[in-house]
Amino acid sequence: MGTIQTNVTGDTSEELALVQAAKGGDITAFEQLIKKYDRNVFRIAQHITQNREDAEDVVQDAFLKAYQNLKQFQGNSKFYTWLVRIAVNEALMKLRKRKTSKTVSMDEDVETEDGSVPREVADWSPNPEQLFRQAELSDILAKTIQGLPTGFRTVFVLRDVEGLSTEETAETLGLSVPAVKSRLLRARLQLRERLNRYFKKKKNGGGDQQQ
Amino acid sequence: MKCSKFLTELNDFLDGSLDSKLKAELSEHLTWCHNCYVVCNTTKKTIEIYRENQVYELPDTLRTKLHDAIVAKCKASKPPNET
Repeated sequence: MGTIQTNVTGDTSEELALVQAAKGGDITAFEQLIKKYDRNVFRIAQHITQNREDAEDVVQDAFLKAYQNLKQFQGNSKFYTWLVRIAVNEALMKLRKRKTSKTVSMDEDVETEDGSVPREVADWSPNPEQLFRQAELSDILAKTIQGLPTGFRTVFVLRDVEGLSTEETAETLGLSVPAVKSRLLRARLQLRERLNRYFKKKKNGGGDQQQ
Repeated sequence: MKCSKFLTELNDFLDGSLDSKLKAELSEHLTWCHNCYVVCNTTKKTIEIYRENQVYELPDTLRTKLHDAIVAKCKASKPPNET
């Protein structure tokens, strides 16, 4: 069985040159960095805030903050990891503001065991996506991941969707490596269990999907 | 190997970060445990499907709008070496 390949992007000398130029106030150089990573930052922001307007604000605030604090970036980590840490913090702040009555943190709901122990073992791999129209599939994927606790969702998005390493995810979120591994496993298993409800039914020829 | 042990090692197994001895033990477990075989396959597919079908894409028009707004704010802000 093949393993999952990550799509981590490394700092190139070209990127470091752009960071260096931007540090000196070269906005054109910084624009190149925006173009390289704006899609990633937007996705992360939308996954965490689950709100389009908030995500737009996070993208703007994160890049502005990165620009203003470029001197703090010493090159000990990748520029992308550093930028993502800023974006995650901005997104969590937005989420806290929107949910004023509810505490939001990386520790939220992490004690839940829901879906962490596999109950359904129907085999809907290898191509469940072919059973749905693209819009329908996107809707299922969005609904499913939105149901995860913030702490699980954020770890899954950084590690599996955006391709950060376990160590980079830990550093970005201020968590230990074992904590990231534990949350990632539970996030993966919960998502699998929740997708099961849609894919199993469709594969068996059912019409309506369970929520 | 018990199924519970297989599950705790599933992440590292999928990520390819296990040592060869443990990897062989897990692979052996998969040859006879159908449930773990299915859980392993469908978890791997879960990861792939989220990676290959981005839930939130940034439309070009919004991308341009955000880009212009960020650049305008950066220009209005002090350069990094003065903050």
